[in-house]
Amino acid sequence: MLNLTLKVWRQKTPQDQGSIETYDAKNIPEEASFLEMLDIVNERIIESGGEPIHFDHDCREGICGACSLTINGVPHSKEKGITSCQVHMRKFRDGDTIWIEPFRARAFPVIRDLIVDRSAMDRIIAAGGYIDVRTGSAVDANSLPIPKPDADAAFDAAACIGCGACIAACKNSSAMLFTAAKVSHLGHLPQGQPERDKRVLAMVRQMDAEGFGNCTNQYECEAACPKEISVDHIARMNRDYTVASLKEQLV
Amino acid sequence: MSFVLDSKIPAGPLDQKWSKHKMDSKLINPANKRKFTILVVGSGLAGGAAAATLSELGYKVKCFCYQDSPRRAHSIAAQGGINAAKNYQNDGDSVRRLFYDTIKGGDFRSREANVYRLAEVSTNIIDQCVAQGVPFAREYGGLLDNRSFGGAQVSRTFYARGQTGQQLLIGCYQALEKEVHKGGVQMFPRTEMLDVVLVDGHAKGIVVRDLVTGKISSHAGDAVIMATGGYGNVFFLSTNAMGCNVTAAWRAARRGALFANPCYTQIHPTCIPVSGDYQSKLTLMSESLRNDGRIWVPKSKEVAAKLRKKEIHPDSVAEEDRDYILERKYPSFGNLAPRDISSRAAKEACDEGRGVASTGLGVYLDFRDATKRLGESVIRARYGNLFQMYEKIAGEDPYKNPMMIYPAVHYTMGGLWVDYNLMSNIPGLHVLGEANFSDHGANRLGASALMQGLADGYFVIPTTIANYLATQTPGKAKVTDDAFKLAEAETSARVNKLIGINGKRTVDSFHRELGLLMWDNCGMARNKAGLEENIKRIPEIREEFWNNVRIPGSGDIANMELEKAGRVADFLEFAETMCYDALSREESCGGHFREEHQSQPGDPDVDSGLVAPGEAKRDDANYSHVAAWQYVEGKAPILHKEPLNFEEVHPSVRSYK
Amino acid sequence: MNASTCSLCTIWNSSIGKKLLVALTGLVLVLFLAGHLAGNLLIFVGEEAFNEYAEMLHTMLHGAGVWIARAVLLTCLVIHVVATISLTRLNRAASPKYVHEQTIQASKSSRIMIWSGLTILAFVIFHLLHFTVRVDSGLAEIAKTNPHKMVIVGFSNGLVVLFYAIAMTLLCSHLSHGVASIFQTLGLRSKKSAPLIEKLSKGYALVIWLGFLSIPLAIYFFKFGR
Repeated sequence: MLNLTLKVWRQKTPQDQGSIETYDAKNIPEEASFLEMLDIVNERIIESGGEPIHFDHDCREGICGACSLTINGVPHSKEKGITSCQVHMRKFRDGDTIWIEPFRARAFPVIRDLIVDRSAMDRIIAAGGYIDVRTGSAVDANSLPIPKPDADAAFDAAACIGCGACIAACKNSSAMLFTAAKVSHLGHLPQGQPERDKRVLAMVRQMDAEGFGNCTNQYECEAACPKEISVDHIARMNRDYTVASLKEQLV
Repeated sequence: MSFVLDSKIPAGPLDQKWSKHKMDSKLINPANKRKFTILVVGSGLAGGAAAATLSELGYKVKCFCYQDSPRRAHSIAAQGGINAAKNYQNDGDSVRRLFYDTIKGGDFRSREANVYRLAEVSTNIIDQCVAQGVPFAREYGGLLDNRSFGGAQVSRTFYARGQTGQQLLIGCYQALEKEVHKGGVQMFPRTEMLDVVLVDGHAKGIVVRDLVTGKISSHAGDAVIMATGGYGNVFFLSTNAMGCNVTAAWRAARRGALFANPCYTQIHPTCIPVSGDYQSKLTLMSESLRNDGRIWVPKSKEVAAKLRKKEIHPDSVAEEDRDYILERKYPSFGNLAPRDISSRAAKEACDEGRGVASTGLGVYLDFRDATKRLGESVIRARYGNLFQMYEKIAGEDPYKNPMMIYPAVHYTMGGLWVDYNLMSNIPGLHVLGEANFSDHGANRLGASALMQGLADGYFVIPTTIANYLATQTPGKAKVTDDAFKLAEAETSARVNKLIGINGKRTVDSFHRELGLLMWDNCGMARNKAGLEENIKRIPEIREEFWNNVRIPGSGDIANMELEKAGRVADFLEFAETMCYDALSREESCGGHFREEHQSQPGDPDVDSGLVAPGEAKRDDANYSHVAAWQYVEGKAPILHKEPLNFEEVHPSVRSYK
Repeated sequence: MNASTCSLCTIWNSSIGKKLLVALTGLVLVLFLAGHLAGNLLIFVGEEAFNEYAEMLHTMLHGAGVWIARAVLLTCLVIHVVATISLTRLNRAASPKYVHEQTIQASKSSRIMIWSGLTILAFVIFHLLHFTVRVDSGLAEIAKTNPHKMVIVGFSNGLVVLFYAIAMTLLCSHLSHGVASIFQTLGLRSKKSAPLIEKLSKGYALVIWLGFLSIPLAIYFFKFGR
């Protein structure tokens, strides 16, 4: 059993100022997951008449991308390649103090406590992160062979779960890795070629319009990404954007 | 209220029903389509695909989900793959074979026509997904790769590493966002449907709560589509996401929609065991582990007790003290016995006190012998990622200590009753995906859930919904109508009532209590006494819930306890219907196992060696029907039956020899 | 506004476009440093060689060469500085602070780019006033006949050497992140080439640091040329 001190960001509404509150988390089983630890703390808060700590979560198996806790200053904790829901308490020691904050970015306004609004990421996808194909108009799936390395590279980028850790980890709150992963996923596939230029221009413009910062090549995003998506995709997007932009402006 | 359960299955030969139905279906001209508003609840594979496709066709679509983004719907968690009768492997697959496998897998408790259609459109799904950029696994030649799955004799499963559900959902989400961008779909994330609004008996709208501002409001449309997933969380612990709930379906049921076959739930044998009573959720591991792992528990309770306390290492248990439960009971199938049988065997051993996890609920899945035989490197190559996942969660190195597994709920075959057009008995209310009951019968085959969700959303509903819309004048229902005001007022009153209780117990404590009761008496194995006990106990828990639950805070901001409370309140009503269904179905079939109805020595099939003793025993003479339940406030639900007619296949004993 | 300025506006107004300009101007400045260093190191070859080199710079293309170079460099410098300040302001506006700050793996150099950059800018201004504009009339007088001597005299001042050393150290830090960043921003970096690029970047920064520092250190501490 662990006895911990939690320093948790509490903010009742989007308009509130918000501040760090301290909670004792006593007798936490080591087998519990981090979110289960919060469940336990919340049950106790409710029983003692308080309001529980709000946080986003859903699948609790590291794939839906809902959970979004910054644990001791690092999105999804300092452990590599996992989401907040995959953090387990056995990684902490008795007596530890744990700081829990939301995924911070100006473009991610806090809704309540640790819940933030990440709809800006949906709007980046809506701007062009797709292949414009009507249902029913597709040709036979095997009529378009795709070299395995391309398919694998597309997959590596497509593994993004849209959690926003890259943005939260970035000192500039840049959405480059998220945007680049989608540009690269579709850009690696032959189906994605017709809209390749249009896509990268539209997505980057939407990304800028949402108020995300820009990349200063520190690669904190890659280090925080639960799916370990590579910053190579950012380089690729830079190239794609430059080409598309020059074509658009000068050709 | 009386119902005629008309499944509206088109006449004609099975393989021509769908094309004929498409031909006979009404069309709506493009200029009129934009006058119709369709409300889609849920944004997973079924809902997202439907919303995107209907918008492409020109309808106005409003799509709602409780998650913060449509990309997070629980379809995302499916790992294995998606079936399609492409026969790219030239191994003898066909639409007909996929149809047959699915109907047999469902233990002959599904509709032939629906299942055939599912098999038929399966091929279009793969084409569509590839065109969207879904990165399916490929061979070196650049063509799509397949694997066999769930014991099928052909390789028809398309997959994208272990993240097929995620990749398909992202494809679908991209299509949805494309339509959002074009203005055809208006997306309402963090919005939970709390009621369906009926105008003159037709579903014309929904009442929703904005999960950020707490505002309760209505949306009016010309038809409602619910693609709201399954109800596995009635057990509290399941592999479902935390937010998965029965609320939308149950609210519709309270408005008169029939709930079909709620007792059909699927239990998956290879999940990571529960580690304590704080546990919130269970994690599934691929069944492929059973190819090399041997399932065992100690023969004696005393040894089991020592293992639980970790006083001895499992390797120190001598061979003669081990009970390889599946190998002993099903020598011909061994550790590869079907899901339901393996699950029940594990439960039985644990019920006898021979379980090995610290909670007593777990059996070993031991790779010791396979490692000796093949070497650790082979095991690592085959199962490395699964071992890693296990270690992450269980905190034990499976190369050093045998894995522990325990069965868990992960899919529900039952759902709202729908006809061939996927419309419920409430005109205008359509139900897709796991939320309906139509395609999987009493048991779903692996890699078929993704197939059904996308089939319903991309290919079925866009055609069939026109049959309903063509009979309607668009835009007639308005949120200012009395029916909407009334439904809104009722929803607000319910929310206020929940907040006003101000009792002592938390929502989760009720959910846990209900879940345990359901797992014990309406889970893997069911019997009359247990079900009757549940039918007595559930109303008592419900009573206490409505008098003693504590929901802190108010309803006018984000309030997760309030959200959970509404869902648990509905589970507390739904669970009762589920038990009634399980009680009334006096047979065992697929995921529904009644202890009273199992094959035993003396049965002709057992004596002839066709089936082993202890297997599910169907009763086709009396139970070859869909059980559709009508909710009646304060009373037992009323059963309506839709007989299942098999024209093409002959229901046979499901033998695994 | 004609089409071409409009196009440039579009590029300037996008985050990636602005970064692209930073990278391209950075590249020019990085290459200039190599040339500048090579020229400076002639001081160790001898007085004659160094003075000839200085003479050559001023007579190249009938004296226009040095002015073209100065114009290009100044333009690059201005774009580089203005763009990075603008990007930094955008970044500050985009990113609220954590109460409990933590860095996963970003290097110290990468986190102080704006400060190392602004210090280098201050140094460049000083350096130009010192050796190019020659606000010190005594130094200006020496430079007319013997640029070599000007350098020796210039670096005989302890404060000048100290500032020079600080600036060069920050330049080294700036380059160690900046050179590698050029590759990433131009889209030329990949997982495979990353280790090479990292080494190149750090190596280049080190060479520049050692090279430029060797001159004042030799003069001030080892009395070279004095």
